[in-house]
Amino acid sequence: MSASTNLVALGTIVRREIVRILRIWTQTLIPPAITMTLYFVIFGKLIGSRIGTMHGFTYMQYIVPGLVMMSIITNSYGNISSSFFGAKFGRFVEEMLVSPMPNWVILLGYVTGAVTRGVIVGALVLVIALFFTDLHVAHPVTTFLSVVLGATVFSLAGFVNAVFAKKFDDIALVPTFVLTPLTYLGGVFYSVDLLGEPWRSISLVNPILYMVNAFRFGVLGVSDVPIATAFVVMLVFVVGLSAVALRLLKRGVGLRS
Amino acid sequence: MTTPALHVNDLRKTYGNGVEALKGISLTVQPGDFFALLGPNGAGKSTLIGILSSLVNASSGDAEVFGVSIHRNRSEAMRLIGLVPQEINFNQFEKPFDICVNQAGFYGIGRAEASERAEKYLKELRLWDKAHHQARMLSGGMKRRLMIARAMMNEPKLLILDEPTAGVDIEIRRSMWQFVSGINEAGTTVILTTHYLEEAEQLCRNIAIIDQGRIVQNTSMKSLLATLDVETFVLDVSGVPADMPSLPGVVLRALDDHTIEAEMSRSHDLNSLFAALSAHGVTVTSMRNKANRLEELFVRLVEHGRENAA
Repeated sequence: MSASTNLVALGTIVRREIVRILRIWTQTLIPPAITMTLYFVIFGKLIGSRIGTMHGFTYMQYIVPGLVMMSIITNSYGNISSSFFGAKFGRFVEEMLVSPMPNWVILLGYVTGAVTRGVIVGALVLVIALFFTDLHVAHPVTTFLSVVLGATVFSLAGFVNAVFAKKFDDIALVPTFVLTPLTYLGGVFYSVDLLGEPWRSISLVNPILYMVNAFRFGVLGVSDVPIATAFVVMLVFVVGLSAVALRLLKRGVGLRS
Repeated sequence: MTTPALHVNDLRKTYGNGVEALKGISLTVQPGDFFALLGPNGAGKSTLIGILSSLVNASSGDAEVFGVSIHRNRSEAMRLIGLVPQEINFNQFEKPFDICVNQAGFYGIGRAEASERAEKYLKELRLWDKAHHQARMLSGGMKRRLMIARAMMNEPKLLILDEPTAGVDIEIRRSMWQFVSGINEAGTTVILTTHYLEEAEQLCRNIAIIDQGRIVQNTSMKSLLATLDVETFVLDVSGVPADMPSLPGVVLRALDDHTIEAEMSRSHDLNSLFAALSAHGVTVTSMRNKANRLEELFVRLVEHGRENAA
């Protein structure tokens, strides 16, 4: 297919994904906003007021970037895994598989849709956070790049999960047993500098730590890890997971018999 | 020499569980043909169609669509094919109009042109009044017609219909065939699989019968039907005579007081049968084939093939 026809095909998938996100907005946009509001009230206001400052910021200010990034990650992952698995389950993924569209267009279309949901939810949570505390974005470009890269990494991971999934339980396993623990241990609620060894070093193998800290650096200007390292980690995951996803699509794993 | 619409060369497929679904299929379909691909359940028809539409990976062999290899140039080959699958495979929560426009989008067709095509084909398939309702609200027949409309969005040169009329009432079935015959007359090559052999006999010019992963017959419909040497008719009569007339080459059986079954060679004329019955005071009020001619041949070929295999 030519570049222009690929662009039309890509636009079709992205449009369909965004229509889906907006059509079921009570499932895709409202629940994370409510959950994060509860986090702000309980951890930020009630408990946070007794914790004191962290890296020179109030506890509320400190956890806002972590919670925003947590929303972006979980929603990007959840969007692509449920949408692509739904297409597999309902067999309408075949509409794309029988078309001349190259695999990379299918992948990019779904990833763009998932990143879009992550960004919309992240923006909603950020707006809600402003009702609880003052925030000034210290490095807008870093903030933007960390959002896009973080969402892309977990969109790709969600896609791989959906390719392998055979039933709906399979797409719930990873968020429950992998994503949630890694997020909670990824410096969302605390600075890893508070941890003693070996826990601090062990925390450094958690990729979410780098995403949370890159975003926190963008918003607050503070980070537990070198910012360049954080971006290298995210880029490595993007390249690695893209290669895995494209290989799975080429071989037709879980899609073609 | 004209490039065939489809040329399949020694296509084989063995699934992961060891089932050998295709054991070296080769066939050619000429441009503009209306081609029947028949076979019992599990014969390998859907596997063959799956490979042609790139939903199933072949173990070996190749197929060319208008000279374009589905393996070496998948993207270009897929552009030439429209597929109506056996199972419903669209998003039931989307609207028929969006399903069609999106399908065109996957082929790189812009929204303006896609919208025009969607309107055209949904109207032709009498679905326009449902175009903006959720697809799950459509009846079974409407869903099947929607899949035909969707398959037409890229205006394919080769349309593959995998049992498109399964479970559809006779009126809708006829309207579907009218549509498909129309696009075939306009130049689109059509490959049809169906279990309604009467349809295949009426619509298709050429035929391949596939059984247990092999082609057991591949010829023109006319030649195939000409091989049928015996036909069985069911006659509705005023009354069955006490002594049944005796005719060489004809076996007559009374089914009940008003029905006679006549099994006769195709070379035997019907006039002598009617004359003999008339001489015995029997009035024939109506007659019909006991089974569809193609059905008789189909059963015979498949059974014969299995006996030989055993």
